[in-house]
Amino acid sequence: MKVLMLGWEFPPHISGGLGTACFGLTQGLAHTGTEVVFVVPRTYGDEDAAHVQIVGCNQVTGPTMPESTRVEEGAASVDTPGPTGVESTSSPHDPPEDPQPLTESWMDPGVTSPRVLAVSSSLQPYQTAESYREWVASLEDSDAPAEARLPSTPATRRAFTAVEQVLAPFGWSEGAVRFVRQTLGGPDRFELSGSYGPSLMAEVARFATAVGELAQRIDFDVIHAHDWMTFPAGLAVARLLGKPLVIHVHASEYDRSGEDVNWEIRDLEEMGIRQADRIVCVSHYTANILKHRYGADPTRLRVVHNAVTHREQREHYHLEKAIEEPIVLFLGRVTFQKGPEYFLEAAARVIQIEPGVKFVMSGSGDMLPRMVERAALLGIARHVHFTGFLRGRDVERMYAMADLYVMPSVSEPFGISPLEAMALDCPVIVSRQSGVSEILTNALKVDFWDVEDLANKILALLRYPALTQQLTEEGRNEIRRVRWDASAQRVVGVYRELVS
Amino acid sequence: MTAIVFYFQVHQPYRLRRYSFFDIGRDQRYFDDTENARIVRRVAEKCYRPMNAVLHSLVDQHEGRFRCSFSISGTALDQMEQWTPETLESFQALARTGCVEFLGETSHHSLAALFDPEEFALQVNSHADRIEQLFGRRPTVFRNTELVVSNDVAAQAERLGFVGILGEGADHVLGWRSAHRVYRPEGCERIKLLLRSYRFSDDIAFRFSNRAWSEWPLTADRFAQWVHGSPADDRVIGLFMDYETFGEHQWADTGIFEFMKHLPEQVLTNDRFRFSLPSEVLAVEDPIARLDLPHPVSWADTERDLTAWLGNRMQTAANAALYELGPRVRELAAAGVPEFVHDWRRLTTSDHLYYMCTKWFADGDVHKYFSPYASPHDAFIAFMNVLDDLARRSERATVTASPSS
Repeated sequence: MKVLMLGWEFPPHISGGLGTACFGLTQGLAHTGTEVVFVVPRTYGDEDAAHVQIVGCNQVTGPTMPESTRVEEGAASVDTPGPTGVESTSSPHDPPEDPQPLTESWMDPGVTSPRVLAVSSSLQPYQTAESYREWVASLEDSDAPAEARLPSTPATRRAFTAVEQVLAPFGWSEGAVRFVRQTLGGPDRFELSGSYGPSLMAEVARFATAVGELAQRIDFDVIHAHDWMTFPAGLAVARLLGKPLVIHVHASEYDRSGEDVNWEIRDLEEMGIRQADRIVCVSHYTANILKHRYGADPTRLRVVHNAVTHREQREHYHLEKAIEEPIVLFLGRVTFQKGPEYFLEAAARVIQIEPGVKFVMSGSGDMLPRMVERAALLGIARHVHFTGFLRGRDVERMYAMADLYVMPSVSEPFGISPLEAMALDCPVIVSRQSGVSEILTNALKVDFWDVEDLANKILALLRYPALTQQLTEEGRNEIRRVRWDASAQRVVGVYRELVS
Repeated sequence: MTAIVFYFQVHQPYRLRRYSFFDIGRDQRYFDDTENARIVRRVAEKCYRPMNAVLHSLVDQHEGRFRCSFSISGTALDQMEQWTPETLESFQALARTGCVEFLGETSHHSLAALFDPEEFALQVNSHADRIEQLFGRRPTVFRNTELVVSNDVAAQAERLGFVGILGEGADHVLGWRSAHRVYRPEGCERIKLLLRSYRFSDDIAFRFSNRAWSEWPLTADRFAQWVHGSPADDRVIGLFMDYETFGEHQWADTGIFEFMKHLPEQVLTNDRFRFSLPSEVLAVEDPIARLDLPHPVSWADTERDLTAWLGNRMQTAANAALYELGPRVRELAAAGVPEFVHDWRRLTTSDHLYYMCTKWFADGDVHKYFSPYASPHDAFIAFMNVLDDLARRSERATVTASPSS
């Protein structure tokens, strides 16, 4: 089985959970003998750079659990570099010495899957329309180009036609398509002040065209596209070459934004969900959202839970705790999606009964100022500590110090952080509105809105040591069984439904 | 002659409310009466009453040649009295036929024999009183909660005056010996041990409706042939099972009631076999040998041990905290304050520990988890919160009660 896989990022350059998940999945797929060509967008400092770059092949080292510097998508440690791995490509600020042309060498069957190809694009993971504009504007002041040109070849033109057809039903596509046409083989650098403006969606379309061109030079059986940015590319390739398309939903726009969705992104997700041959999602929780919010066809939906990459050697943090009081921890982005206010409401109830308990909120986000005010208003400011943003080892130390970790997320497609806490022997309470709650048995579960029950369970863990022992001892065994090999097997099963 | 001994277990626990930490000190209603009433009425309708009717007509039809025994926990008797008295009357009607025996057990389906012999004696005696009052005969044969037997448990039952005790015919205890004989537990003088024939019992209780089973569908005729094929020197075949097998575990549409309606006539086609009551078998059969049961054996799971109730840290912690409170609440009862021991005894019901069982999770088989709670951890939390409240209240009660005594 040969797979053309489209992602947002791949180790070592990762800033979010999607890169970590894609790495784990491709490692698992390699063990099944599946050959994967993994395509990511990546910015180059030099506009003459070949638009496709071979990265690392089998040299990439992925993040491990719990060393992963990332906690949640865009959570406490965003933008920290991933664990060191061998990297043969350049960063945006470090022009490549000698870009490698695409040759047949990457097809060498002796090379371990996946082969990672970086397609030149200014797309970055976890962008919003707003952040993209800001980012492009910042480039304007520097010498770095916003775009790399596409070569004007018959293959590119065929790819472009397919992208045009895919995007035709969308209002935003017109500007995007015109933008792509303009950059297609044009001699000049794209003008940032152009009448259609630089837009994230235009770049998504341009990336799709580039992938479409690349796909014509590769032998594969199935396309596998991760999250919305790559859906137009996946659909275009499917249209162009008649190959089956699997899309993989790690998070929907409703998880990211609540009811305040970006409609362009939401519509792009719906297009992928309605047109793909199979839709893989990371939890039953997400499958339900796709059914009810996007009208996904249940017969094409498949749930494949995420897993964790295990590190053999783990540092120990036994002596980390310097204070006597029990610590209850919230760690993640302080945003609506993560439910920080429910954590504080429960804290207020616990403190009435156990005034000696410390509540720690780690992370930053748009709701942080409101949470500081809320703690004061609840009269528990003395008991609640805000650490701000934690990175790398500090994240692990925080888990190791905590007596229990609470993830009260309002909507969490999967949520890897409880597994990281459990790996450090920290018992966890997770909301039932999370994908990870579906695979965990050695975790306490609450509905995020039921702060009474959350407080009850926090108190139970503080008062009944047998419960903590039970959860940590059994939890340690449980997370060892959460392996990417099993998830990859399920994904292969999905491929086999499409490729005989 | 080979005696066929049917024994059916009838039990309902008092399930707890989702008792929160914030209820401690504020709310003394521990039990979920709505749910308990709903369940006992449902089971009465689907199982107890229709099956009682089947058994009653079998006794009538075979003019006493069909007979069977029951053990009904005190909590089940309480719930029937409270919420479905006509069901209790149908059991009493069975008792009046003279062909149905009611066994002794703990009043609260507890594991007190293992942790609190004094409490065990109290529960067994009060249950015997109750059985005698309701069914007209004091039990002489004992069955412990979940068929848990050891040398020590048997010795306790012997001291309480029982002539027989029921046990599991577990391979690891019997070795090469047959479950179809009567034994005497090591260390006992008089009491006799009557064993469950688990293969025959489980054909009815577990495999009957399993379509993947090579013998499905099992007919009364076929089952009787298997029984008739047992060795000629077999003395007794113990068919012990939960009464809920009929209509609740195996639904009516599996044909389980029809199977039972026809089983006696098929078994009785061979003169070697007759249906007997446990006390009748033990009156005529002498133990063929001593059986050493140093560790408790139960009828549960493939392990036939206590791990379903005491297999993890939560269970052992909850059990220890429970029995720690025993002396205090009994002391209060003796001083004229019975309410604490009343609630505490309902907490000794083994089901509360069973709901905390996590052993199914090891192999991912969560479907085996049969409980009113969302998880074993939730079961532990509710139980511990209730116990905490009861301990606080009984502690305070001691203080106020002592000056008057």
